[in-house]
Amino acid sequence: MPAITFIHPDGKSDRIETSGGESVMQAATRHGLDGILAECGGNAMCATCHVYVDESWLARLPAVADDEDALLDGAAAERLPNSRLSCQINITPELDGLVLRLPDRQV
Amino acid sequence: MIGSGTAGSGVPHLDVDPFDMTFFADPYPTHERLREAGPVVYLDKWKVYGVARYAEVHAVLNDPATFCSSRGVGLSDFKKETPWRPPSLILEADPPAHTRTRAVLSKVLSPTVMKQVRDRFAEAAEARVDALLEKRSFDAIADLAEAYPLSIFPDALGLKPEGREHLIPYASVVFNAFGPPNQLRQEAIERSAPHQAYVAEQCQRENLAPGGFGACIHAQVDEGAITATEAPLLVRSLLSAGLDTTVNGIGAAVYCLARFPDQWQRLREDLTLARGAFEEAVRFESPVQTFFRTTTREVELSGARIGEGEKVLMFLAAANRDPRRWDKPDSYDITRRTSGHVGFGSGIHMCVGQLVARLEGEVMLTALARRVAKIEITGEPKRRFNNTLRGLDSLPVTITPA
Repeated sequence: MPAITFIHPDGKSDRIETSGGESVMQAATRHGLDGILAECGGNAMCATCHVYVDESWLARLPAVADDEDALLDGAAAERLPNSRLSCQINITPELDGLVLRLPDRQV
Repeated sequence: MIGSGTAGSGVPHLDVDPFDMTFFADPYPTHERLREAGPVVYLDKWKVYGVARYAEVHAVLNDPATFCSSRGVGLSDFKKETPWRPPSLILEADPPAHTRTRAVLSKVLSPTVMKQVRDRFAEAAEARVDALLEKRSFDAIADLAEAYPLSIFPDALGLKPEGREHLIPYASVVFNAFGPPNQLRQEAIERSAPHQAYVAEQCQRENLAPGGFGACIHAQVDEGAITATEAPLLVRSLLSAGLDTTVNGIGAAVYCLARFPDQWQRLREDLTLARGAFEEAVRFESPVQTFFRTTTREVELSGARIGEGEKVLMFLAAANRDPRRWDKPDSYDITRRTSGHVGFGSGIHMCVGQLVARLEGEVMLTALARRVAKIEITGEPKRRFNNTLRGLDSLPVTITPA
């Protein structure tokens, strides 16, 4: 099963084993990861599952859709070129080893 | 066995009426009965299917092609009965029509817009707490849960000062009307004419102040996103669902924090828990208790066969306390991970104003917890009865300054 590494703002990291058919957000909340709120439960409405994608992985992710793009403008932490909403990243075997940094705040 | 008004084999029939006063007074034992009877039940009283477990409620919410909204999200089937008012263009619509109108409201109530109104909402919450600290003893429903949203939401919409007293009664009609033709619904609709007239008038472009949510909806006409006849009806959605819901949400949060002093202390020690405390109150009390869908085809749901054109009642409140999904579901825990609760629904129809609700709840609880040491309930809380909304009519409290 693909594993994902989350790096917290303080530099500590968590490696999470994911299962098939879930989003990065779902895997994170299922493991009780601090730093992903996901208030809307994955309906692309709240921008509280914001992550910064490690540069080396950016091109391997599916493109940002219009609604995600608009929501990212409203994220609590600064939007950067590598900002994504983790509810919009579905885990596939190719994403094994994905590295994501967590913002300092989600609201 | 399958056909209008009859349940397929294997679906347990229950004789409960979930729109009855005795049910409203204490719905929890019935919620448990509904959950434990099976994944899908049939309610003979109103000839509808019901789902009360989290998995099935979530599944129905997330399959809008099979469980549609355009035939009404109350008991009334718009294919068979004339709706009591022109249907909502968003709540009572299906894709692709829904997709377009939904995008407009999502934009008007987006996280970016919330950042812009945040300071204003927070200042109003501080001002309200100032006034409450002067009083010390007050009704936490009228003076807090109603007074706070009334002090910001109508202004945020851009409504004129006159006539705002119609807002809560209008919303009360809307949410009663989702229910069956019982006394609550009949009386609400009979008395609705003046409220309806007020709302129809306020939805017009010339009556909405520039810069408000209402004017922003009308501005979408100029962008070509919606037509000039659609815009007033979309403003109506905010008037219907934007105020009474947050009143009940904030009322629920204050009622929880007053009842569970240990949770109040935790909040006082860490104000960053305010947003979670509000969210957990929405799960715990579920201010919006139920919604219906209508099947567009014969469908099998968790082993139950449901015919085409059947109403399915989703017990959001029961799903939010389903022990299959939640650890200690009957505990109010402000540190709980609430993500996935269905208090705001789920899927394409999930509450479009959820960010407004959370913002109001967060800033109000933050202001309260910073300045109030203790909230004590000083009299018997009185319940307000509505076919869809759960909340109190009055909650006498005394607060002690911090």
